Amino acid sequence: MRETFTKGMARNIYYGGGVFFFLVLIGLTVDTVRGLPKTDNSQNLTEEVAAGKRLWEINNCIGCHTLLGEGAYFAPELGNVYTRFGESTDAIKGFIMSRPKDGIPGRRSMPQFNFTPDELEEIAQFLKYVDGIKVARDWPPNKEG
Amino acid sequence: MKYQSQSIAKLYFIAAIGLFVGQILFGVTLGLQYVIGDFLFPEIPFNVARMVHTNLLIVWLLFGFMGSAYYLVPEESERELYAPWLAKLMFWIFLIAGALTILGYLMVPYATLAEITMNDLLPTMGREFLEQPTITKIGIVIVALAFLFNIGMTILTGRKTVISLVLLTGLIGLAVFFLFSFYNPDNVVMDKYFWWFVVHLWVEGVWELIMAAMLAYVLIKVTGVDREVIEKWLYIIIAMALISGLIGTGHHFFWIGAPDYWQWLGSIFSAIEPIPFFMMTLFAFNVVNKRRRDHPNKAAVLWALGTAVMAFLGAGVWGFLHTLAPVNFYTHGTQITAAHGHMAFYGAYVMVILTMISYSMPLMRGKQAGNARAQVIEMWSFWLMTVAMVFITLFLTGAGILQVYLQRYSDTPLGFMATQDKLEIFYWAREGAGVIFLIGLFLYIYSFFAKGEDVVMPEAAVAS
Repeated sequence: MRETFTKGMARNIYYGGGVFFFLVLIGLTVDTVRGLPKTDNSQNLTEEVAAGKRLWEINNCIGCHTLLGEGAYFAPELGNVYTRFGESTDAIKGFIMSRPKDGIPGRRSMPQFNFTPDELEEIAQFLKYVDGIKVARDWPPNKEG
Repeated sequence: MKYQSQSIAKLYFIAAIGLFVGQILFGVTLGLQYVIGDFLFPEIPFNVARMVHTNLLIVWLLFGFMGSAYYLVPEESERELYAPWLAKLMFWIFLIAGALTILGYLMVPYATLAEITMNDLLPTMGREFLEQPTITKIGIVIVALAFLFNIGMTILTGRKTVISLVLLTGLIGLAVFFLFSFYNPDNVVMDKYFWWFVVHLWVEGVWELIMAAMLAYVLIKVTGVDREVIEKWLYIIIAMALISGLIGTGHHFFWIGAPDYWQWLGSIFSAIEPIPFFMMTLFAFNVVNKRRRDHPNKAAVLWALGTAVMAFLGAGVWGFLHTLAPVNFYTHGTQITAAHGHMAFYGAYVMVILTMISYSMPLMRGKQAGNARAQVIEMWSFWLMTVAMVFITLFLTGAGILQVYLQRYSDTPLGFMATQDKLEIFYWAREGAGVIFLIGLFLYIYSFFAKGEDVVMPEAAVAS
């Protein structure tokens, strides 16, 4: 690099730029969090949904599936599964219940988690709630996820 | 090696390499599960193997960062490590906690692990990359604090160099942003938004500071180029990393329910994110071309140049490929993301740690550089792993493009599983490349034990 561009200038760009854009990120974060109630479907965030989220977590669903595109890419997107399954929580519950304990020969298969009826309902309600989040451009591009 | 306490790094590096092997064994397993869906089912289902694969990566990279810091900081600070005993103690605590966590993943169902570790008290489990039980997360914080204290005290009571201060800033950032892993609200949008404060601000933020500092250190050592020149490069690289990467977080906020302005901000700023990586490439080649000495450790120079190139390709080019919102609309959460993730982690963080190990390990074993035969073997392992990773990335990219077309772009979209069946050939090819990577890794380990004639350092090159 040229001599006219000194180490001191480079250092100032680092400190100045770093601090400035960190503050911008904080500002945008405050704005984002304030605006979220418009899109985040929090009006439907019931106790049941929260319990469903916990079940989603402690069974590591994200280890195979994506949720709003984030997670593993081994199994279908579930952020819109409620729509894909014809807006039926029963269809979701039926699918989860029917997984064979020993899998399907040669194929990928979801484990059998032996959920109680209450737990099944909680998971289904959680997935319905996520489907209700207003995502930009209604991502994903189509119902296949 | 000038200071006795630097040799603590050896422990950390050995553990890192051991865990690296575990990570790749599980990677090859996962690759096989992509094509033989019931492989190891239900004993080790995909989600468990993946969790082991990614968590081993994170843990061994942390071992690598800590080891590198323990090697680099005493020499930069011109004094012994503040508390060598603490570094050794933390090593064993971290290793045992890490091993227990991985065993927990493998031995009991994840839900049982959550119950045993009382996840209910402070639920943090079950989010991608942050699957560790809460108690392990607390352990990580304790280890990180003890580590920062040790490194920080060494730096503050010794010579302060730009490299050690940048490294310290990056490591503090690493610890601070990890605290967001304890925040797990019921609101999925909030959860996702702040989850990225760990994941993105690590790998596309503070880790870049750590990486750049480590690379700068090795380049000073192997080229003998003036510190002033290198420090100027270092500042400008990390400046660009933060300027682009902080608001660049926005490229993760496109489709999670965050406001629409993130589409613009995320696209524009993340389009700048390749620049610091490109500058790292320029920097490495520039400095090596201007070298004042030919360091006998050719393998370390190869790793240093390699990481600069591969980080740019993996993080820069493959990141840019799908970061613009209109493109990401189609590619988000497909094999394109997987392709980028693999080459970015390998090119930036795996390779920079292997650079550091390559440079420092011979010194800790009382030699300037590995013997000629060992270096040739190490360089073979470099090429095998690196070329294999390029092919893993290309095959996954092929799979991703086809997946996007079949499942999202075509007028008659196929379902997820029907699409996956059509990608099989790419997955088999990726698995083949994965096996080559594993062979490269075994060769890498063998290089530490290969016997041969010692390489002698020219007298003039020993200085500084």
